[in-house]
Amino acid sequence: MSDVVEKTLTALPSLLSLDSHPGSAKLSSTSKLGNLIRGITELTSKHEEEKLIQHELLAIKEQVSSPNTTMRQMKELMVRSIYCEMLGYEASFSYIHAIKLAQQGTVLEKRVGYLAVSLFLNESHELLLLLVNTVLKDLQSTNLIEVCMALTVVSQMFPKDMIPAILPLVEEKLNHPKEIIRRKAVLALYKFYLIAPNQVQHIHNKFRKALCDKDPGVMTASLHIYLQMIQENPDAYKDLTPSFVTILKQVVGGKLPMDFNYHTVPAPWLQIQLLRILALLGKNDQSTSEVMYEVLDESLRRAEMNHNITYAILYECVKCIYTIHPKSDLLEKAAKCIGNFVLSPKINLKYLGLKALTYVVQQDPKLALQHQMTIIECLDHPDLIIKRETLELLFRITNAQNVTVIVEKMLEFLCISEDDHTTIDLVGKVAELAEKYAPDNEWFIETMNTVFSLGGDMMQPDIPNSFLKLLSEGFDSVEEDRKLKLFAVNSYVPLLRGEPGKLPQRFLQVISWVLGEYSHLREDLEPAEVLSLLAKLLDMKNSSSETKSWVLMAMTKLCKGGTDASVTQEVSETYSSSLDTVLRQRAHELQYLSQDPELRARVLPRGANPETLEVDSSLSFLDRFVSEALAAGAAPYKPPHQRQEELDQSKALSLEPYGLSLPISMSSCSITDRQSPTLLSMSSGLSGDSADLSHKGGSSALKLDGVKRVWGREGYLAQREPVEEAAQVEVPSPIQSPGRQGEGDSLHSQTPTQTPTPEPEQEKQQLASSLFVGLASQSSVSLMGKSEPTPQRFRRKAKGQGPGSSFNASEQISSSLISPPSAVDNLLCNNLLDSNNASELAEQTSQLSQRLTTANGTCHTEAELTEPDTKGCNPALRRDNCVVAADPGPHDDPGRLTEVCLDSYLPAELSGLSHSEIAPLCANQSLNLSACHVQKEDSLILVVFIINSSESAIQQMLLQVDSEELEVSCLCDSPAGEMTSHSVAVGQYSLTVKRPAVHVEVVGTVSYQLPAGTSQSLQFSYKVPLTSFIRPFVVSTEEYGTMWLSFSHDTKQNLTLINDNQEPLTATLNALKKKLQLHVVEVIGMEGIVACRLLQDLPCLMHCRVNAGWLAVWLRSPVPDLPDCLIYHCQRALQSL
Amino acid sequence: ERKRHCSMRFMLLFSRQGKLRLQKWFTSMSDREKKKIIRDMTTMVLARQPRSCNFMQWKDLKIVYKRYASLYFCLGVESQENELLALEIIHRYVELLDKYFGNVCELDIIFNFEKAYFILDEFLMGGEVQETSKQIVNRSIEASDMLQEVRFTDMHAHTHKCT
Repeated sequence: MSDVVEKTLTALPSLLSLDSHPGSAKLSSTSKLGNLIRGITELTSKHEEEKLIQHELLAIKEQVSSPNTTMRQMKELMVRSIYCEMLGYEASFSYIHAIKLAQQGTVLEKRVGYLAVSLFLNESHELLLLLVNTVLKDLQSTNLIEVCMALTVVSQMFPKDMIPAILPLVEEKLNHPKEIIRRKAVLALYKFYLIAPNQVQHIHNKFRKALCDKDPGVMTASLHIYLQMIQENPDAYKDLTPSFVTILKQVVGGKLPMDFNYHTVPAPWLQIQLLRILALLGKNDQSTSEVMYEVLDESLRRAEMNHNITYAILYECVKCIYTIHPKSDLLEKAAKCIGNFVLSPKINLKYLGLKALTYVVQQDPKLALQHQMTIIECLDHPDLIIKRETLELLFRITNAQNVTVIVEKMLEFLCISEDDHTTIDLVGKVAELAEKYAPDNEWFIETMNTVFSLGGDMMQPDIPNSFLKLLSEGFDSVEEDRKLKLFAVNSYVPLLRGEPGKLPQRFLQVISWVLGEYSHLREDLEPAEVLSLLAKLLDMKNSSSETKSWVLMAMTKLCKGGTDASVTQEVSETYSSSLDTVLRQRAHELQYLSQDPELRARVLPRGANPETLEVDSSLSFLDRFVSEALAAGAAPYKPPHQRQEELDQSKALSLEPYGLSLPISMSSCSITDRQSPTLLSMSSGLSGDSADLSHKGGSSALKLDGVKRVWGREGYLAQREPVEEAAQVEVPSPIQSPGRQGEGDSLHSQTPTQTPTPEPEQEKQQLASSLFVGLASQSSVSLMGKSEPTPQRFRRKAKGQGPGSSFNASEQISSSLISPPSAVDNLLCNNLLDSNNASELAEQTSQLSQRLTTANGTCHTEAELTEPDTKGCNPALRRDNCVVAADPGPHDDPGRLTEVCLDSYLPAELSGLSHSEIAPLCANQSLNLSACHVQKEDSLILVVFIINSSESAIQQMLLQVDSEELEVSCLCDSPAGEMTSHSVAVGQYSLTVKRPAVHVEVVGTVSYQLPAGTSQSLQFSYKVPLTSFIRPFVVSTEEYGTMWLSFSHDTKQNLTLINDNQEPLTATLNALKKKLQLHVVEVIGMEGIVACRLLQDLPCLMHCRVNAGWLAVWLRSPVPDLPDCLIYHCQRALQSL
Repeated sequence: ERKRHCSMRFMLLFSRQGKLRLQKWFTSMSDREKKKIIRDMTTMVLARQPRSCNFMQWKDLKIVYKRYASLYFCLGVESQENELLALEIIHRYVELLDKYFGNVCELDIIFNFEKAYFILDEFLMGGEVQETSKQIVNRSIEASDMLQEVRFTDMHAHTHKCT
């Protein structure tokens, strides 16, 4: 670009002398725009402004549509339109002209055209399709400025579906001789990566080229993409660590051209980007972290200047140091740095200091202690955002001793906060803390009452759900249980007697439910009174129909006939003719059940133990009805969103990208659109009228694995199973706490000063002592309270599970203290002797021999055999950590040895199965963790190996494993208790998918005590590819057809066909089958149907059809996200061939 | 599944009277959302007490703002973003405007707002910082501006050869 300027300048010396400052002339102030702007500033009322603008818009409208308007005039008109839109007046008539200007104008007019388009339209606007050709043309222009403009507009707003049309041209620009073009192309691809990652997957190696670009600007731009990619999969980019470190070293050392300096600081944006990347790469990875210690130290040292931007770098540096594998002297420096932030008189720095403190306080709670007085001051800061950040910090250091004070502070803030987002967030946090650390029943119920009143109807619905679940499940002591429920009832009755109209709907629903279930616990309370209180809620104007239905349910539980009859009679009569079908049903239930006490006792037993109530959400009891209706010629059901979509499609332009559109039979919106593809292919030769639906729908019943039939045609099916876990889990009894006013008497507090202080100071000291109590005594405060030694009052519930959903077994946190057998032979004997299953005897025998040889120390021969291809792998595992073998011997490759030997620790029942490579997870001076996963037919087992590599035994070891996307259940006793020196403990966990994601991750913590008594913990994470959870799903074509109709989540995409000697469809399907374990149900001509399930039983169906050289794939599943994840892995599988 | 976002969501410039002077949206947003954000930003920022910090929370976003003379610059970023860095982005933009206009004032931006947009597009792209060098941004803008001057004189054919 600079060349252009130079040439232009040499060509036009006279021009420069005329106007050296292009902007200073303010040319446009005499233009029509200038007049408009001046006109507006002279006005006094909004009304006048409106009149003037409407007048202006009319004039513009007239001119733009006149055929005599030149492009130059058009440019000026567009600027005026932009101005009117900025003032908030719509000028939609000019949108099409903006596109035209970008299309037809000369470079400068084009520039304004593109600007107007980017300001007027957004990505989904249909007019944008008209811009695609213009962009295509400009991308191919020989004029650099036109190419730049096209790249700029593409990175701002481009229809997602049209990306394939321009992608090759943008890619090509990565090789452009001008760095500015290369840089803009990289940023455009970055934008594509953000909005449609699948589209740019194939050019990942080109990103690497951009990273190595000789121009630092292009390299910097490529880091945006790398940051995203590394965030998603850090393991794939570990090899780049030394390169990033070298770049950072050069930047910090001032090796970049001066152009990159910002106020004499070298390339701060680049530095920060690199620090973020290093943090991601070094997280939970000691060997990678070691590579970066030196450069981090240098960054800290160099960034001394007193300028905002250096503070920004320091903050990022501190975060990085606390994220990667810890190094003590760096941590010390980082902590000092945080101190400088927190103590700074500049409020912006103080804020950032609090933020940093919040980030690190989990690892270093003492740091919070050091700054306690500053934290207290910030808690009373007039600026709400400072206050808010302080609460965030306190939230992370909450324990059973300071919970009352911290929750009180949070509730105080809630009362003054006006921002909904903050309210929702804080209310959730208070509820979480209350559930985790409540000192007693009264406090818990009262806190939750405040939560419900303040959180109102905005709060997350799982808060009331988990509260009700907690009440209904209860905990260990029956008496405690009763007291809690009674206290809830006692606190609700006066609320209803008062002004229930002021309470939020959600709270009223909770109250109704609790009174319905437990008001009988209060003996002096007549059911008739509760009924009339509830009936009052029905009459309130602002009660929602949802609340009313909760109230009616509660009344149904309470009514006994007799004196209550009149109230219930009246209510049920009123609502049995309601237009709301739910209310109507509830009213009928109330009516029938109140007249038949026997039936009521059976349907709604009082005081029943918590039971597994499963809702058959598939409504399978209606199958027959549906089949009959279909047989009678009814149209198949379409979910509302589908209907809307079709309606939109029939109105809107086709947004399918060029050449990629699906075959007509799939994408057009005929009435049969949502039918099974099998049906389509089978009936394609027939007349195609709706009559042939009948032979499909007739015999089929929905097949729903894993859904228990609970509701039969007669209603609820009686068989009930008690919750299995309820009896097993031992819950520590609630600790005896001094009660709500307990803040004052926390005697064992950490207050440093004992000298008399002035009154307000003393108050602060007191607050400090109650806030920071218990912090110093425990060496680590875990965010989730997992390694928290203080017993929890209530068992933590999985969020998002209402009283109606099934309870899962994975919640049980095993607290068993039996230590696992630690010697090899011991383990072997146990497992082999225990398994009496004769069917796999042969396999076991082979296992036995294998095991025995391993135990005899022959594993080193194996190590030698496989040595050549594994040289240098597993650098994280050091020789001195390798202590598992009886005789380590003189091996060349200690890393490999550890793995081979760990192999022998695989539980016997798993050893015959294929398992992933045993990968090191993390390590410190005493423990060394590795893991692998084993594929079984019906489950995936995660095996975690803990090696005590130190010379001394460790105590109270506890391994806990959890995951956001997965259900984790412990298979046998989780390893716990004591571990002797050089022993190995093995934990086994069964994993199933809860929520599909492209990559799923398990996180875990090992906490233990050293002989000296200091407790330590070690965190790790383990990635499992989603593909390991895929299993074939064997169904018949008919079953497939029925399921296809009932699944509501879908996605469509074109995949590449494999073209070897075979027929392409079969070849591609076979490849997918082999790679991903899919089940090919049937292949009919050019179509194939495939089914799989994700462990445990999340089905996904796939319909493939060959079209125009592509494999058009349509996936459907009842599980959101599953189709998208699967298509991703299909793509990957086909690419890797 | 995790949603990917660029670090910046929007930049707004408005006067002390709450009049919008420039709006830039880095992610796709509906007109309604935009209107709401503009309304909320002007009221929230203008209501800030003196000696408050330059950051605010709005929904799940961090708002970083700074006043330069009669104009407020307001940047909406992801909440885990580095606020100080965002503040420097604003500052560099002001410096770029100043370099281009020479002693920039609100009137320059009102009357030449399209230039202010062009400068922003050279500085930020796709919601990330593209070019931080004042010289380079200025040269790019001037190069494009020159084409205009060229077209007005009879040098049109010549520039075509040059480019």
